[in-house]
Amino acid sequence: MRAILAPAAVSTGKIEVNMSLSASDLSSHEAQHDADSLEPVGTSGIAGLSPTKLALRRFRRDKLSMISFSIVVLYVVAAIAAPLLVKLKVLKPNTPHSDLLDVNQGGIPLGKFGGITWHHPLGIEPGLGRDVLSRLWLGITYSLGIALSATILAVLIGTVLGIVSGFVGGIVDSVVGRIIDLTLSFPQTLMLLALSGTMVGFLGGTLHIPKGENGNTVQAVYVILVLALFGWPPIARLVRGQVLSIREREFIEAARALGASKWRIYFKEIVPNLWAPLLVYFTLTMPAYVSAEAALAYLQVSVKPPTPTLGNVLTDSIAYSVSDFEFFFFPAALIAIIVVSFNLLGDGLRDALDPKSTN
Amino acid sequence: MFAYIVRRTISGLVLLVVMTLVTMMLFFSGPLHPERHACGKICSPAQIAVTKKAFGYDKPVLVQWGQFMQGIVKGRNFPEDKKLEKDHPELVVHCTAPCLGYSKYFTQNVTTLIKTSFPISLSLAIVAFILWITGGVLFGVIAALRKGTIIDRGIVGISLIFYAFPTFFIGLFLYKFVSIKWQLVPTPEYIPFSQNPWSWLTGLILPALTLALFFMAGYVRMTRAFVLESMSEDYIRTAKAKGLPARRILTKHTMRAAFTPLVTMAGLDLAGLLGGAIITETVFNFNGLGGLAVAAATNNDLPILVGLVIVLASFVILANIIVDVLYAVIDPRVRVG
Repeated sequence: MRAILAPAAVSTGKIEVNMSLSASDLSSHEAQHDADSLEPVGTSGIAGLSPTKLALRRFRRDKLSMISFSIVVLYVVAAIAAPLLVKLKVLKPNTPHSDLLDVNQGGIPLGKFGGITWHHPLGIEPGLGRDVLSRLWLGITYSLGIALSATILAVLIGTVLGIVSGFVGGIVDSVVGRIIDLTLSFPQTLMLLALSGTMVGFLGGTLHIPKGENGNTVQAVYVILVLALFGWPPIARLVRGQVLSIREREFIEAARALGASKWRIYFKEIVPNLWAPLLVYFTLTMPAYVSAEAALAYLQVSVKPPTPTLGNVLTDSIAYSVSDFEFFFFPAALIAIIVVSFNLLGDGLRDALDPKSTN
Repeated sequence: MFAYIVRRTISGLVLLVVMTLVTMMLFFSGPLHPERHACGKICSPAQIAVTKKAFGYDKPVLVQWGQFMQGIVKGRNFPEDKKLEKDHPELVVHCTAPCLGYSKYFTQNVTTLIKTSFPISLSLAIVAFILWITGGVLFGVIAALRKGTIIDRGIVGISLIFYAFPTFFIGLFLYKFVSIKWQLVPTPEYIPFSQNPWSWLTGLILPALTLALFFMAGYVRMTRAFVLESMSEDYIRTAKAKGLPARRILTKHTMRAAFTPLVTMAGLDLAGLLGGAIITETVFNFNGLGGLAVAAATNNDLPILVGLVIVLASFVILANIIVDVLYAVIDPRVRVG
């Protein structure tokens, strides 16, 4: 329990709660004492609330954060459910409905608003006649899957290098610092586009990553790897900064004095204190990668059709943007909703976890 | 100050040199088989072997890097073969310094290609920059002054929405609807400034707007945050207490403090854009550096891509140095150490 509660102390900063056994007892006494001296026991709403609970309460009181949180949850549930619904044949992302297309008008869906009916709530795709809702729904799974994997990888690399560089210091710190400078000087979009030719061949050929249907597995691995390899530096900088400030705190000194090993200090003392900033960063990186995937799909370096991603479906719709605007608009709107809600959620989390921040 | 600039420049140059080496490794090392990409799809093994030798891909990356650096400083030949040059000078391509490589697809030197495309990207970046800086700062200040009102929320919300929609969606919407269907703006195309400044501007306005709408969100938020932050500073209170007019406090005291971080962000964003807006240029069929990158990637022309990466990285590194120096000049609180 204590391990979960403590980290928020970093950001709230006010109440010093920490995890090493002896010191934590001491400081929670202090916290208790502070609260006692302010108000009589029993009447105060603040007394006895842990930093995490305080943060949660702040978060719940923020309407915008709660709305965006619900939308994010909805998207995640939809993403998990989609492959299941495809198996159950509720969603048919690859079934053509050519009978619903107007052959005389170049395969534009019959009826108004891009062929919206009860059976096809978002209409059908011009040309091939596939159900737009099915394709977009499954597209959420692929898009969020790619974004999530890339984010996890970037956060992992950034956290490890940030902790090592901040804690070891000296030459390791300056080497990591130079690697960060180097990575940041690469133009990211250009690298994603430029490396695809040689790297996809390298991953599939030399490293024997399974190609999958249409070579899509190796393509997805490429996108994830490159997004993460160029995305970790800001996380490493953030973590390094945090570690540098945590390193000087009393509870680390106490742990050292008690004879805790280096690894124990890394994983039991430092890592738990990083989750608040990392969570915020995670929430803000996810939407950036969803957008990045869409952009890559437009440049033809993401997963290939017929596998739908949000970027793929949107790219498919470009040819019909004027004749079937609904088909063009829906995928873009879904991406926009993801980006907005994740961003608002990230802002909300930051405000809740770090009340001092003024953003 | 002078010593600081010299030191920064040297470390920037070192970074750039290391960057070229890493780039060579990422594109031209053996296991990646760059010769297959250079030769194309219908090549026989013999042709591939010839290509490998002509571009120097048969040598270790370090040697290739040495040749590349030599090419930048004093030019080089493709293939680097003294005997062939003597017997059949028509089979050898000379690439004058600064040589960034030779493009087989365009049958031209990469430096020439980049030089022809650069004005397009430069024009686009300048117009977009002016749009998003004025828009971002203006709306940011308005939002901060009307904090908590519907105007504030509207500005922040709308800028977030423009940021959230994919850039190519907004670009295509502007292109296909605003320009072609509704005919509100002339068809986007690049006309050199020297030819007709007005057409230059009207041709660039939609792609520049696409970029500006994307970048503006960050600037609105940042300006708003900094203005709000500096308005709660003691010196603003002092200025108010002295009875200075509100307009003067805003322009002389608040904006000055909010200005510094904006310069940093703007400098780096502009440098990134100078290297070509890949998506936007693709949407509007502009043949700037972004369009060149896409053409190179589609045709697996690695030398162009490497040249572009290095040129763009040098912009970014240079911008970093300039911004750091500017920072010290603008903000009296920053000490150069």
